[in-house]
Amino acid sequence: MPQTADTVKDHADLFHEPEYREMLRAKREQFECGHTDQAVRETDDWTRGWDYREKNFERKSLSINPAKACQPLGAVFCAQGFEGTLPFVHGSQGCVAYYRSHLSRHFKEPSSAVSSSMTEDAAVFGGLNNMIDGLANAHALYGPKMIAVSTTCMAEVIGDDLHAFISQARDKGSVPEGFDVPFAHTPAFQGSHVNGYDNMLAGILNHFWQNGERQAGDAINIVPGFDGFCVGNIRELRRMLDLMGVDCTVLPDQSDVYDTPSDGRFRMYDGGTTLDATKAALNAKATVSMQEFCTKKTLALAKDKGHDTAAFNYPMGVGATDDFLMAVAELTGKSIPDGLQRERGRLVDAMTDSMSLIHGKTFAVFGDPDFCMGISRFLMELGAEPKHVLATNGTKPWAKQMGKMLEASPYGQGGQVWPGKDLWHLRSLLCTEPVDFLIGSSYGKYLERDTGTPLIRLAFPIFDRHHHHRFPTWGYEGGLRVLVTILDKILDRLDEATGEAGVTDISFDLTR
Amino acid sequence: MSLDYTNDRDLHEQLIEDVLSAYPDKAAKRRRKHLNVADDGTSDCGVKSNVKSLPGVMTIRGCAYAGSKGVVWGPVKDMAHISHGPVGCGQYSWAQRRNYYTGTTGIDSFGTMQFTSDYQERDIVFGGDKKLRQIIDEIEALFPLAKGISVQSECPVGLIGDDIEAVAREKAAEIGKPVVPVRCEGFRGVSQSLGHHIANDVIRDWVFAREDEHGDFQSTPYDVVVIGDYNIGGDAWSSRKLLEEMGLRVIAQWTGDSTLAELERAPKAKLNLIHCYRSMNYIARHMEEKYGTPWTEFNFFGPSRIEMSLRAIADFFDDTIKEGAERVIEKYRPLANAVMERYRPRLEGKTVMLYVGGLRPRHMVNAYEDLGMKIVGAGYEFAHKDDYQRTASYVKDGTLIFDDVTSYELEKFVEGIRPDLVGSGIKEKYPIQKMGVPFRQVHSWDYSGPYHGYDGFAVFARDMDMAVNSPVWGMFKAPWAA
Repeated sequence: MPQTADTVKDHADLFHEPEYREMLRAKREQFECGHTDQAVRETDDWTRGWDYREKNFERKSLSINPAKACQPLGAVFCAQGFEGTLPFVHGSQGCVAYYRSHLSRHFKEPSSAVSSSMTEDAAVFGGLNNMIDGLANAHALYGPKMIAVSTTCMAEVIGDDLHAFISQARDKGSVPEGFDVPFAHTPAFQGSHVNGYDNMLAGILNHFWQNGERQAGDAINIVPGFDGFCVGNIRELRRMLDLMGVDCTVLPDQSDVYDTPSDGRFRMYDGGTTLDATKAALNAKATVSMQEFCTKKTLALAKDKGHDTAAFNYPMGVGATDDFLMAVAELTGKSIPDGLQRERGRLVDAMTDSMSLIHGKTFAVFGDPDFCMGISRFLMELGAEPKHVLATNGTKPWAKQMGKMLEASPYGQGGQVWPGKDLWHLRSLLCTEPVDFLIGSSYGKYLERDTGTPLIRLAFPIFDRHHHHRFPTWGYEGGLRVLVTILDKILDRLDEATGEAGVTDISFDLTR
Repeated sequence: MSLDYTNDRDLHEQLIEDVLSAYPDKAAKRRRKHLNVADDGTSDCGVKSNVKSLPGVMTIRGCAYAGSKGVVWGPVKDMAHISHGPVGCGQYSWAQRRNYYTGTTGIDSFGTMQFTSDYQERDIVFGGDKKLRQIIDEIEALFPLAKGISVQSECPVGLIGDDIEAVAREKAAEIGKPVVPVRCEGFRGVSQSLGHHIANDVIRDWVFAREDEHGDFQSTPYDVVVIGDYNIGGDAWSSRKLLEEMGLRVIAQWTGDSTLAELERAPKAKLNLIHCYRSMNYIARHMEEKYGTPWTEFNFFGPSRIEMSLRAIADFFDDTIKEGAERVIEKYRPLANAVMERYRPRLEGKTVMLYVGGLRPRHMVNAYEDLGMKIVGAGYEFAHKDDYQRTASYVKDGTLIFDDVTSYELEKFVEGIRPDLVGSGIKEKYPIQKMGVPFRQVHSWDYSGPYHGYDGFAVFARDMDMAVNSPVWGMFKAPWAA
């Protein structure tokens, strides 16, 4: 018997025990009617070749293991970054259960949002009553300062009009007069979670700005974009801008709501950009986006309101951080203090110490469009070579810009950009044109298993490693963190590769 | 073993009044029917169930798609399950249920893959049937060892009037493999539950039609099927082991680690063993009606119920199996006793609240009681009346019962009762832990398991102990804080 009370074996060990292995073998042989080992092996080999790759890339309709989510996820995440804000998703309720689970699995934190719980009758008659009752219930139970409404695909397909529904709910007294209920239509069949973020943010800003008169001031707005590392990154942003003495409003700021302390109290709302600050953000001198492809509408709105705008692509590493800080300096007239220059020097110092381990290593990268650009740029600064850059939610304009970035560096030569492709495409790429390392989200672990390419987790979502999002990847400090994360994997790999003791462990070096 | 205790009726009644006072009148009136304090005399816990959730209250429920793709169909490992519609549903449910399986993923097994039609606006406007045809061709071209395909409908499919049944028929004939259309659009029904039912009906109508495929299958008098075990963390395996050891032949597992052949051959069994009654009773009833196969519910959580279940199952068979059951009980009793001796002193008298799907709030009760723990509150996300009827005999007088609880209510109940442990899902885990109350996810086993069978009971006991007795719960208050 493999199990004892003294050394309890769970799934990680239990099913490796001979009794279970034998049981599962017998099940396969007697009852599963599977294919022969040979057929499985041959098919597996076939999936790794160029023929299969071509077939795989001929796909027009089927998406397999895509690295993107749907719009309302981004809308919910965006709304959570405003003070006391309850995201309210109009449509089927299962969707909201999914968004909350998805975000909680990444952040290991509570994620609050409500649904209007539309069912078959609402599909026929529309969801007006769900909106009326839903807003009333949500307001009464959860005491929000603002309810931000977005939509699931069900509400979009049947054509529910949020503007009209919310007005009617107001008339019926679902929420007090003057209570803020911004909204955005976020159809799941267009774009991805990054567009949902953008639409919701534009919806909220439009709600607060539409009747205001802008009186241009000196402050700037920073729009972080959809970011699984928001906790570390937004705090790092604020720290850097504080050092510069820049007056800024982060739109929106999830860093506290996704990082509340354990002290006996559940804070459903914590931190977030205040509604007053959001209103006042109309008066900003400029709006700066950290993720261009995640904030198109928001930037257009800011520009329309007379803001100067600047957009970055998930700035990571030395050059991208330099560019960001210099842009902020120029927009605000503030100088970059010595402290930040010293931090820069420390990152460069770390790079000089370690570059020999990374230089010339080849990488495949996947994630949101801006993340792909940010990480590729840093890799090239380290002398590493991005060979495949893949964004399932990447557009043609993104691919063009990404391609230019690769072309401009000697380390980007031969790098290929894959917009709209999924992780099953990437499997073919890794099998036919292998690389040394893979950077992306937890979904990459299947590629790591199938192709032996070690995975470095730096993109949303990260389900199977804990707490990385609490540390920044932006700024010089963040650059250090990213560098160490990559280095650790390279060095672990070097040790593992020494293989068998006494046979191939020649370079099992103590100092590296 | 069954513990003798009652719960604090007055407190629980007060808590119900308190939470109801927060709702608008109309909502309070509806929610009142779903909250109750169990009475020794009642036969159904006295709550209303399986009706629509209120809008805006943060129900914990999911949808019909989750019930079909996520629960029933997703674990069938040698088929490709298409999440048919926009990308999100398949993405959020991708590899999250921990239905363990063996096989080579992407080659002959597909359990942890996300196949989606990723509907775009043009598909909504022009319909998705053409795309579905092409998808089936593409699956066939890239995954030739897949034994079949299922189409798991997301909301838009039913709203735009796609005819997935016609596509399924046409393509099945063309590729010579089953293509199974499932109308589990998320807006159907009031929870996951209708999705289970629809998924069961599809097995009846689209899989059993193919039973002739296995004409050469040799039956034995000891053939059973395990139904409603999704092999979460390997549960079905630690159950199968016991059934085999008592002399039974498990010809199919539904649907954890199952294959299409296992679905098709099930009608050849002598007895159907139902673990999750809520999600798969429908098909068991159908098999009884059509094939005359009897079914029985069993419970492999904790030694008391395992013993009862092994004997009850054996009663359907001859002495060989009855002796086999006794032999299994004898074999594992020392393990069960050792586990209880080790963990019971650490858990004795601790209180537990459970809020899970449609089975576990009752099925797990005795496993906790085997460890000396008491159930003070229990509720279901998507149970029906017959679940609450089955629950009545498990729970003690004064137990707080909450159907389709809202996050607001659950938080207030936990705050008021301060149980020593809460068992619920990922959405509930972090709010409750922040309150300083130990928590285990009891959908996914919090990434542990198995919990079924004797091997699983040891893991269960270890996990409950580490949850309740972790030193971290003593650190919530800073020593200098007032």
